[in-house]
Amino acid sequence: MTRYAAPGQPDALMSFSTRYDHWIGGEYVPPAGGRYFENPTPVTGQTFCEVARGTAEDVERALDAAHAAAPGWGRTPAAQRADVLNKIADRMQEHLAELALAETWENGKPIRETLAADIPLAIDHFRYFAGALRAQEGSLAELDDATVAYHFHEPLGVVGQIIPWNFPILMAVWKLAPALAAGNAVVLKPAEQTPASVHFLMGLIADLLPPGVVNIVNGFGVEAGKPLASSARVAKIAFTGETTTGRLIMQYASENIKPVTLELGGKSPNVFFDDVSSARDDFYDKALEGFTMFALNQGEVCTCPSRALIQRGHYHDFLADAVARTERIVRGHPLDTDTMVGAQASNDQLEKILSYLEIGQAEGAKVLTGGERLDLGGELSGGYYVQPTIFEGANHMRIFQEEIFGPVVSVAAFDDFDDAIKIANDTLYGLGAGVWTRDAGTAYRAGRAIQAGRVWTNCYHLYPAHAAFGGYKGSGIGRENHKMMLEHYQQTKNLLVSYSPKAMGFF
Amino acid sequence: MAEETAVHRVAVTEAAAAVLRDLYAANGPLMFHQSGGCCDGSSPMCYLAGEFRTGSADVLLERLEVPGVAEPVSFWMGAGQFERWRHTHLTVDVVPGRGSGFSLEAPEGVRFMIRSRLLTDLEEEVLDRRALR
Repeated sequence: MTRYAAPGQPDALMSFSTRYDHWIGGEYVPPAGGRYFENPTPVTGQTFCEVARGTAEDVERALDAAHAAAPGWGRTPAAQRADVLNKIADRMQEHLAELALAETWENGKPIRETLAADIPLAIDHFRYFAGALRAQEGSLAELDDATVAYHFHEPLGVVGQIIPWNFPILMAVWKLAPALAAGNAVVLKPAEQTPASVHFLMGLIADLLPPGVVNIVNGFGVEAGKPLASSARVAKIAFTGETTTGRLIMQYASENIKPVTLELGGKSPNVFFDDVSSARDDFYDKALEGFTMFALNQGEVCTCPSRALIQRGHYHDFLADAVARTERIVRGHPLDTDTMVGAQASNDQLEKILSYLEIGQAEGAKVLTGGERLDLGGELSGGYYVQPTIFEGANHMRIFQEEIFGPVVSVAAFDDFDDAIKIANDTLYGLGAGVWTRDAGTAYRAGRAIQAGRVWTNCYHLYPAHAAFGGYKGSGIGRENHKMMLEHYQQTKNLLVSYSPKAMGFF
Repeated sequence: MAEETAVHRVAVTEAAAAVLRDLYAANGPLMFHQSGGCCDGSSPMCYLAGEFRTGSADVLLERLEVPGVAEPVSFWMGAGQFERWRHTHLTVDVVPGRGSGFSLEAPEGVRFMIRSRLLTDLEEEVLDRRALR
């Protein structure tokens, strides 16, 4: 076990500034309103820095900077833009452990995850889009021997991005990397729950980007997010969050006729067919881990496999083993490398999870393990911890239908293939799903039948660049993590060219 | 009938009512739209009345009468979500918190949240008879 020293301690790898202003035009700018808000770490509940409380004036200033920078950045040759992205990745690689520490302190997640997943994935994301950009080509169509349609990719210009708090750095990078690769300037608003770690990242990479290409305005949704989302000066808004705000952003965008991409969460089914239990081998072990993935990142993942559907033939044995596996989850200080599940990101998040633990039991679901808040003692008593919880119930219950965003899974049995698909699809959402079977035919048919943008097949919670990620149904619009995201940040310019000197003959 | 008019789908705690009074005084008429999905989902979002445009995909659960707030606070939910929530009674509460979507109370360091219980059989019967507005 390694225990990392908390940021700011004498032997810590990094420390945060005591205050973060807005990052606008390549420098820190105090908020026009002069106000700041406190930023606590979920690990202990203690405030570790204060952050500028942005308003419409700050957003306008950031948009000014972005508009000044966008034409130059958009004209920068693809090779040069890709080089910048690769250099950002290299810089992050050099500072991987510092970034992981910052992210854990900011969000509460275990450092084991930030070291092995959040930050390495963010690094690779920049590299992927550097490569995707280099390989992107326009097209031409020869319409006849004297007429050619050329298609060019052009940047949109200035885009707005609103980032969630569950993976503050990785989610920022998911949106920044394709937008920057495509040649846009960005105004980014981090979540008010987790505003600081992206500034630590910015501090590491600021010298690599021309001023104004990336601007960060902090603040609350209603004060800073709304002016950004409703601005006629952004060419597109990208948002990850929940359905009501997603709809509101679409409403604002409709006023300005701007495109949006939205990722709005899910209630992902994780389906375990009988044949998973036909042997007690590596695959069986992997499937049990796949079940337990509901606790990854404290369950604060849009694709949390929060509905486990287990076929009746192996239901009791598999579930018993899954409960045992869940009970082996190591809790502890998020800065210990042995800790598997850390703190929920905020007090209100904790309260919401606890309210779902209540309604689940009121609806008659049975708690198989967990079910309560967790007090880890000492300095962690002020933090926001919940026991990994397994409910057994039925798909119509609220705990099966709403995203709890905590380490909570709801388990139900199914009879056969058709029953599995029916239950899996009985949800408003369609972001992720898992299918576990030893039969390739079953895997294929289930994967195609489940209405979700990503069906993990005999795996779960992998987020590699080059695999498209996004939602069906209420889960949103657009795809991230894939080269197709470049086109979500580009206009198509068609030049329709005649090489004939002859008049058409109409007039 | 007196009993029937006392049956509601949505209630407000005194603490939440106090926040609503402050928000009303500062902003004017208010509405809620219950969110779903990721991150800050499953929480009620509080807006200026009319800020969020409701339509045929929404259900008005209640016009909340809040002491000290002159105009009722409408409480909306997407119709699909309502079908999955309709067997539960909702209470708008407030807890110390940090932000959420574009909801009005977030900068005050508090967050509205929903506490739920099952409707009783009697309540369900009364509410199912009452047309949704």
